Amino acid sequence: MRDAFGQPQTAILFGGTSEIGLAIVDRLAAARLRHVVLVGRNPSALEDAASALRARSVTATVVLADAADAASATDAVDQAFGALGAPCDLVIMAVGLLGDQAADDDSPERTATMFVVNTAWPAAVLAGCRAALVAQGTGQILVLSSVAALRTRRANYTYGAGKQGLDGFTLGLAESVRGTGVTVHLIRPGFVTTKMTGHLSPAPFSTTAPAVAEVAVTAVMKGTPVAYAPGILRYVFLGLRHLPSALWRKLPG
Amino acid sequence: MERLTGWGRTMAVQAERATPSTTDELADLLSPTGPGHGVIARGLGRSYGDPAQVAGGTVVDLSAFSAISAVDERTHAITVGAGVSIDTLLHHILPLGYFVPVTPGTRQVTIGGAIAADIHGKNHHVDGSFASHVVSMDLVTPVGVMTVTRDRDPELFWATAGGMGLTGIVTAATITLLPIASTMVSVDTTRHRNLDEVMAAMVDGDHRYRYSVAWVDCMTSGATMGRGVLTRGDHAPADRGRPPTTIPTGASVAVPFNAPPGLLNRLSITAFNEAWFRAAPKERLGGIESISTFFHPLDGVANWNRLYGPRGFVQYQFAVPDAASATVATAIERLAASKVPSFLAVLKRFGAGNRGPLSFPTAGWTLALDLPVGPPALPAVLDDLDDLIAAAGGRIYLAKDARLNPAHLETMYPALAEFRRVADRVDPERRLTSDLDRRLNVRGPRHA
Ligand SMILES: Cc1cc2nc3c(=O)[nH]c(=O)nc-3n(C[C@H](O)[C@H](O)[C@H](O)COP(=O)(O)OP(=O)(O)OC[C@H]3O[C@@H](n4cnc5c(N)ncnc54)[C@H](O)[C@@H]3O)c2cc1C
Ligand SMILES: NC(=O)c1ccc[n+]([C@@H]2O[C@H](COP(=O)([O-])OP(=O)(O)OC[C@H]3O[C@@H](n4cnc5c(N)ncnc54)[C@H](OP(=O)(O)O)[C@@H]3O)[C@@H](O)[C@H]2O)c1
Repeated sequence: MRDAFGQPQTAILFGGTSEIGLAIVDRLAAARLRHVVLVGRNPSALEDAASALRARSVTATVVLADAADAASATDAVDQAFGALGAPCDLVIMAVGLLGDQAADDDSPERTATMFVVNTAWPAAVLAGCRAALVAQGTGQILVLSSVAALRTRRANYTYGAGKQGLDGFTLGLAESVRGTGVTVHLIRPGFVTTKMTGHLSPAPFSTTAPAVAEVAVTAVMKGTPVAYAPGILRYVFLGLRHLPSALWRKLPG
Repeated sequence: MERLTGWGRTMAVQAERATPSTTDELADLLSPTGPGHGVIARGLGRSYGDPAQVAGGTVVDLSAFSAISAVDERTHAITVGAGVSIDTLLHHILPLGYFVPVTPGTRQVTIGGAIAADIHGKNHHVDGSFASHVVSMDLVTPVGVMTVTRDRDPELFWATAGGMGLTGIVTAATITLLPIASTMVSVDTTRHRNLDEVMAAMVDGDHRYRYSVAWVDCMTSGATMGRGVLTRGDHAPADRGRPPTTIPTGASVAVPFNAPPGLLNRLSITAFNEAWFRAAPKERLGGIESISTFFHPLDGVANWNRLYGPRGFVQYQFAVPDAASATVATAIERLAASKVPSFLAVLKRFGAGNRGPLSFPTAGWTLALDLPVGPPALPAVLDDLDDLIAAAGGRIYLAKDARLNPAHLETMYPALAEFRRVADRVDPERRLTSDLDRRLNVRGPRHA
């Protein structure tokens, strides 16, 4: 069970190899975390992450699931909660695929996959988690959205639109669980230097996985509904969302 | 389902509430066909953290177990339903010339909660804890309904005293009351410039009083670190006070809404503590106070816990043996240094503990501090204090806890294995659990 400071003892990380996700787990492991389930598609990378956590006396269990297959969501949820064998204090949704916009532009298959991985699968998993957490009478859900969801742009509109779907779904989910003991927390990072963005040159206000983790863990402990990383982006995007298209098109990053 | 928290208003969860009206109905709740996801008794929710809740499970409300017997005039024994509050009991027995043998700082606790936390009062150094005055208790467990005493299943009796509801549900208890000659208390109040002086005065003179407690300022440092006001007293003889009548009902003021976050900050608390210290007399001997003023000053303000704002607060209460009395100063110094605002702390001396494996009091000192949730440094400061207290042979009070590092439970309660064995005997299927149990793994690993 989480304690009075909101520090969880049990967690499930969907996107068990995500750099941001693992940075969050890393912080929780320094506090009260004792069991985490890592859900992902790459067995050896998941095992590596699990061993590192075990070395810190956290029980780590691996569950395999491919987010490109929306039908795998139900199984992934059942196996993850089953592996925990105790109430789950925190669900972290960190699955995401930036894609390659030039290649996605004209490809129906690639575009479909982008929406499955970024939207359909995460939303399906969250629906399953909602049921499990409401039955528990307690639990927190942390979803990694992106500032890319606030306004799509040429360089990554397929990704941005996918995140937009997840972002809106998460806000609705948060409303739907009011009064159930479950809370939902949405994180909108800007450009984070991780393996997802390794091939790109950093955009303005770029940040790191540990810095996003700090924002995310603080949001969970304080119960903040929507947090930005870095925090200043909340105000930057207040303006950017209404920038004329001609200017928006020319912005760097 | 219903939203539940402890008095600290942290860790809100949803659970079902069952209100059985007979022992049979209660036994059904604990039977294998009863509701799933855990069952735990809930009294008036005056414990600070999560012992009286079980997320997704069922809390059992004992308010229907409300019978109060006549007092046996020879033994001063009375049999009371587990759902009866000390407030209700006092209204009943004060006019008869009796007081409860042990009272906490609020009257709003049930007999069931008093046993499950094995509560202590300002008289622990003289009278011991609540269980010392329990003659017998009626207990419903998953393996059956039983009456336990010190002689009939002593292991279960002592595991239940302080057992935080994890050995069964108490439906009634026979306790021994204290005959009194008036409802007034004769009180000596003394003001001391620092912690050393407060503690020296307590070691010197506590044995001369039935009741003793010190309020200590945790916001000062240096030469006035831990300055405090010591109040000690005894029930006044008949000629000094009004004859036994009754106590005021209800609170006179209420906190009507949730305070905004940060209302109680360092500035407001420092100012309050300063004013409070100045207001106390340097020395006043033989003052006369009512039972309410002396024992339950906070009951005058209903819902004062809301003053701490939406994130709530924790109470950190520990006990350390005399050999580690320096820990008291270290705790106050560290909290002051970390800029965590704290209201007055309550300092008491404990007499010898009892054989209850989870009963909190052990001979030495106990300090309790209210701390708002919010300062980012607080979780780590308390974790460090846990380490210090565990190493000193001390412990944290489970009825107040909402954040203990679970790794310390076995060190702090060395007889934990005995508790686990008894709990598994009366509840082999582990129907009884609470969020406290889940968080601290009180009942331990399951054996195959
Ligand atoms: C202002 C204030 C001052 C306090 N001062 C003191 C003090 O001076 N000394 C002290 O020792 N404590 C003190 N306390 C703590 C309080 O006395 C205990 O937490 C007590 O257990 C609360 O009783 P309750 O009826 O509210 O029980 P709850 O808080 O509802 O439950 C506490 C525990 O008792 C168990 N329980 C309740 N009923 C039963 C039952 N029928 N059978 C089995 N288990 C049961 C629950 O499962 C739970 O584990 C204080 C609390 C407050 C708010
Ligand atoms: N980095 C940024 O700039 C940035 C900015 C804003 C928001 N975010 C979001 O933050 C989250 C974490 O990103 P990150 O930076 O930590 O990048 P990351 O390390 O690449 O994490 C993405 C995660 O998604 C998983 N994933 C992708 N496709 C999958 C599939 N088909 N099946 C199963 N898992 C799949 C990845 O698994 P594999 O390791 O197996 O690929 C990885 O665990 C994502 O939701 C991302 O969109 C990132």
